[in-house]
Amino acid sequence: MSKLLEVKDLSVSFNTYSGEVQAVRGIDFDLKKGETLAIVGESGSGKSVTTKAITQLLSKPQGYIKTGEILFEEEDITKYSNKQMQKLRGKDISTVFQDPMTSLNPTMKVGRQIAEGLIKHRKMSKAQARDKTIELLELVGIPQAEKRINQYPHQFSGGMRQRAVVAIALACNPKILIADEPTTALDVTIQAQILELMKEIQREMDSAIIFITHDLGVVANVADRVAVMYAGKIVEIGTADDIFYNPKHPYTWGLLGSMPTLDSDEEELYAIPGSPPDMLNPPEGDAFAPRNRFALEIDTKMEPPMFQVSDTHYAASWLLHEHAPKIDPPESVQRRMQGFASMDDGKDGED
Amino acid sequence: MEQEKVLEVKNLQKHFKLGRKNIVKAVDDISFDINKGETFGLVGESGCGKSTTGRTIIRLHDATGGQVVFNNENVHGKKSKKDLLKLNRKMQMIFQDPSSSLNPKMTVMDIVAEGIDIHKLAESEADRKARVEELLETVGLNREHATRFPHEFSGGQRQRIGIARALAVEPEFIIADEPISALDVSIQAQVVNLLRGLQRDYGLTFLFIAHDLSMVKYISDRIGVMYFGNMVELAESDELYRNPLHPYTKSLMSAIPLPDPDYERNRTRVAYDPAEHDTSEEPEFREVKKDHWVRCTTEEFEQYKRQLENK
Repeated sequence: MSKLLEVKDLSVSFNTYSGEVQAVRGIDFDLKKGETLAIVGESGSGKSVTTKAITQLLSKPQGYIKTGEILFEEEDITKYSNKQMQKLRGKDISTVFQDPMTSLNPTMKVGRQIAEGLIKHRKMSKAQARDKTIELLELVGIPQAEKRINQYPHQFSGGMRQRAVVAIALACNPKILIADEPTTALDVTIQAQILELMKEIQREMDSAIIFITHDLGVVANVADRVAVMYAGKIVEIGTADDIFYNPKHPYTWGLLGSMPTLDSDEEELYAIPGSPPDMLNPPEGDAFAPRNRFALEIDTKMEPPMFQVSDTHYAASWLLHEHAPKIDPPESVQRRMQGFASMDDGKDGED
Repeated sequence: MEQEKVLEVKNLQKHFKLGRKNIVKAVDDISFDINKGETFGLVGESGCGKSTTGRTIIRLHDATGGQVVFNNENVHGKKSKKDLLKLNRKMQMIFQDPSSSLNPKMTVMDIVAEGIDIHKLAESEADRKARVEELLETVGLNREHATRFPHEFSGGQRQRIGIARALAVEPEFIIADEPISALDVSIQAQVVNLLRGLQRDYGLTFLFIAHDLSMVKYISDRIGVMYFGNMVELAESDELYRNPLHPYTKSLMSAIPLPDPDYERNRTRVAYDPAEHDTSEEPEFREVKKDHWVRCTTEEFEQYKRQLENK
């Protein structure tokens, strides 16, 4: 598969009164056609900022791309002018934001908000756009679409609103769909519906999706590949199976361990102590070291490079160095991995 | 062993008037008990009335009908100031949003000590300070934090302040209304561990309201599932997860995403269609098995019973 998007050594900073906040500090990843890449991490880890850098929606002038390039179909889009970006946004790359209440215009009929992109980017006439809008609303599962296009966002329920937002994002058959926590504000049953809808549409349109979330359950549901971010860096990246069944970074262990399983009766959850670092002055060495119970001495001095675990799986932790002591994941995480292995019999993914 | 009931909710109703004609039945006739030292989980989608139930129990709303009995005493109805104070001390609440539930103009010391002042629990200024500092340490903060303001803290730390405030008056019963939904995953685990530790150390009773089912299952002894103002199923948490009977519970459980790609690939979601019930008969809350209650019609009741026997 060809690479649709390539992010190389991207750093994003914000200038604030108290100094430079280094939100993203040198990340690399790529996205292939038709695949779903999930970016997970805590708030402040830089996952939303990364996607905002891609679409150039960083709040200017405070936020700026410090280094690196973003190649979309082998063209560096960080050098694009505003006008060029506007052509790209909404057409080739579109975004679904977290809160469907604030991403729709409350004073504009839903139908017009969807048709806007069609008229602008695909040069449709009003009548054509109207037909297409109805088609899109039906595609995302909104009944009585013909009536619904003349309604305002407040007449939609939360789940319906998010569906409308998905319809706007899909209007121009984007090559990349960026979903920034699209289901966090929704109930589990609605969340399941929206996720199913996005997968179905992806299959039909063959778009690539960048899915941002902090819910590992959702990640397991949608992702082909997963990137785990911490303090502005990707600390582990691999296929969904790599990350869930063979995690290597202690931060990933912590994330997995802090979610209870349905059949666990453990006394304590495996919580990550402390809180994320201040990105005004990121700590020297491995940013995760102060919260890491397996931290080595070198962690406080030098930043770990990306170690290759397998063809698809990379992690940045000194524990993977050949001279590092061999440390197994904490028991609760191991038990979880074994539990999954026993749940489906024919599987031999564990090693 | 006969368990001691701390709280009895009997046919509780809470209706809100919308204009002259419309009435929203946020909570419509629900009943349950909470035993001493247990954690009772209340789950359901937004708008199902779970928060309203919590708020009505603690008298933030007046009940439209029914009763809430706390330690053999009715919570609602006319009360003298003295009785009300006594009641408020035993029952406390932790709110969802830690940033809007703390007064931004008060220091952490004053926020936590507010209850101590109202109930006159401190003998002197020094005692008040000592109590607050002890509470802060109990919830995992430093005593130096007492002089700071809420905005200086992260979300998880603010929630800890909220917990310290609830603990300040030495309550028996705490209502936690989505205490972790606004927090990051790794911080959620910290707060849940803290709540469980406190329960163990102080013998607290919890009503835990949430929509995150895996967390509710983890923390609760018994779980009640709510749907549109009604309780549709109530059982011990293991039993509920092993044998969900009501179709809504099944649909809710099939929607929980689990951190396991293989499971997720093969998952089938069950949709809930309220039309599948026989509407000619008003469903009632019945005990299908010991301690396992379901809202059902007579016919469904027999069917559920058979279903459990065959397992």
